[in-house]
Amino acid sequence: MTGRIRRRYAAERRFRWIGLGAILLSAGFLALLLFTMVSNGARGFTRTEVQLDIDFAKAALFLDPATVRASGAKAALAGSDLQGVVAKAAEARYGAQGARLFADTAWLEVLDAIESDPSVLTRTATLWLPASTGVDIAAKSDSDAEAERTYEGLRSGNAVRTRFNSGFLTSADATDPAAVGVWGAFKGSLLTMLVTIAIAFPIGVLSAIYLEEYAPRNRWTDLIEVSINNLAAVPSIIFGLLGLAVFLNVMHMPRSAPIVGGLTLALMTMPVIVIAGRNAIKSVPPSIRDAALGVGASRIQVVWHHVLPLALPGILTGTIIGMARALGETAPLLMIGMRAFIATPPGGIADPATVLPVQIFLWSDEVSRGFVEKTSAAIIVLLVFLLAMNGVAIYLRNKFERRW
Amino acid sequence: MKLMVDEDNRAGTGAAMAEAEAPTDAIESSPKMRAHGVNVWYGDKQAIKDVSIEVRQEHVTAFIGPSGCGKSTFLRTLNRMNDTIPSAKVTGEIELDGEDIYSSGMDVVQLRARVGMVFQKPNPFPKSIYENVAYGPRIHGLAAGRQELDAIVERSLKRAGLWEEVKDRLTESGTALSGGQQQRLCIARAIAVDPEVILMDEPCSALDPIATAKIEELIHELRGRYAIVIVTHNMQQAARVSQRTAFFHLGELLEYDETSQIFTNPKVERTKDYITGRYG
Repeated sequence: MTGRIRRRYAAERRFRWIGLGAILLSAGFLALLLFTMVSNGARGFTRTEVQLDIDFAKAALFLDPATVRASGAKAALAGSDLQGVVAKAAEARYGAQGARLFADTAWLEVLDAIESDPSVLTRTATLWLPASTGVDIAAKSDSDAEAERTYEGLRSGNAVRTRFNSGFLTSADATDPAAVGVWGAFKGSLLTMLVTIAIAFPIGVLSAIYLEEYAPRNRWTDLIEVSINNLAAVPSIIFGLLGLAVFLNVMHMPRSAPIVGGLTLALMTMPVIVIAGRNAIKSVPPSIRDAALGVGASRIQVVWHHVLPLALPGILTGTIIGMARALGETAPLLMIGMRAFIATPPGGIADPATVLPVQIFLWSDEVSRGFVEKTSAAIIVLLVFLLAMNGVAIYLRNKFERRW
Repeated sequence: MKLMVDEDNRAGTGAAMAEAEAPTDAIESSPKMRAHGVNVWYGDKQAIKDVSIEVRQEHVTAFIGPSGCGKSTFLRTLNRMNDTIPSAKVTGEIELDGEDIYSSGMDVVQLRARVGMVFQKPNPFPKSIYENVAYGPRIHGLAAGRQELDAIVERSLKRAGLWEEVKDRLTESGTALSGGQQQRLCIARAIAVDPEVILMDEPCSALDPIATAKIEELIHELRGRYAIVIVTHNMQQAARVSQRTAFFHLGELLEYDETSQIFTNPKVERTKDYITGRYG
């Protein structure tokens, strides 16, 4: 007898240790993932800048500060060769290969500098301009011997520094890894998600209500139930093909646009919301329905006053799971052309756009080494977006949750 | 509007009879509810067989019988709660004040406002005590403003004998009350819409003896104002609270008579066996 009891306790202890081990293992994998992402990606949020003195007076721009103040830097400098000015100044300071130290887009920052303070046009200004990808890589990690030597030379002359790269969060895709940003993809994701939730949530919840509260139980509703369960398990690329065939080829909607992406993802998300919604509605105790019917509430009053408020936390949880899946989805969006190179952030749901996961996929495919850290940084942005979305959902769920 | 006046008159006569200590012998008024030849099927299974019964305003009517005999099913046909069960089918006639409640002209929502129900397990809404009682009047538009609604809530809670216990915490959740209080809250919720009939489906089966005693006391007080039909498993309870008792067995109404008659001198052998505890 005591032997049996001892064995039973031993089994319980063993089970507890195995469970604990499983938790630790999964937590360890998660920590490893986050560590790799953050350690690679953190560098994507910084950029290397190289010092440059530009003597605007000698640069032959034929401009004076008053003209710039009057008509704005962009218009006034439209015809002038700022790129050449930067290249000449770089060669003057760093030798024949000097121009290669700076990013192709460095002249844009010179333009900004002139716009913010036109008086520089009359004197020599010391500017910190973005370094070229080669210098950037040498500054952040190992590179080939020549680049390392150049970087060491700059460093010993105190002509290089590392700063937070605000451009990464405000600009869109570019060909030069030093100039890329996630804002375009982020905005694309945001617009796509808005379209998705605006379509999938109401349709999904109303379907769930109808199927649970109104639909008769017969062969047709069984068939619908099976179909919805199957739809939730269909590979996402199939939905992409469907979107391509229906929204683009039949309905002639704009290619690469968030509206098409959102509709396609809504098709994918809806079954998840329907299933979660039905389970949530089913878990509302029937006694609450009886109570409401018993005082003379109509069916629709029972649903809106009692069932739906009690089921809402469950419905929201399901919606978030569906939306999180949609946010991370790449394959169906590739099918409808959202993998295009889009250098300007979308202005609305009908503009060409890309989304974060597709942007990550595109960057990870690039040859240039500068994209490696940008890819990791974009992944961090995506994860933060996801966490923020889940945070909102948890807040809403707790707000609507009621105990009985 | 005429209907409302009629109802008021009825309520008036009912109250007057309650004051006259509700004589238990036959009264020359028409019954509140009359069922004639009622059959209920769940799919192919017949749950109720040819039941005819009359329920009077001034009486508490008890339905007794062994488990599964159909007394709860029959109770639920009286305010069409069986409509929510897709496989349930009802034939025969059930009249409320001479009006067939299964006719197409009868609005089921209005019917349930006139024939209220209290369930076996206390089922308050997970809302405040106030909201629980105010819900019915609100959806039926019985109160013109906040003050009227407050008055209805207070009156209903007083009639349900709960006012003194909850008047300082009306905003607290109804589910935070004890089981007996919850059941009285459910009764308050039912009488808040001013019904004519209250159906009680084993209202005390989930309560302790003290809470049960309070509910029984409450039933005594409500008698006469509302026609009350109570399903119970507890024979003593039927004897204590009711004036007339119906004995159901296997979906049939075997005996329906004055309670004293049923418990002292049952005419049917099965009733006697059940009451004396031979089976059940």
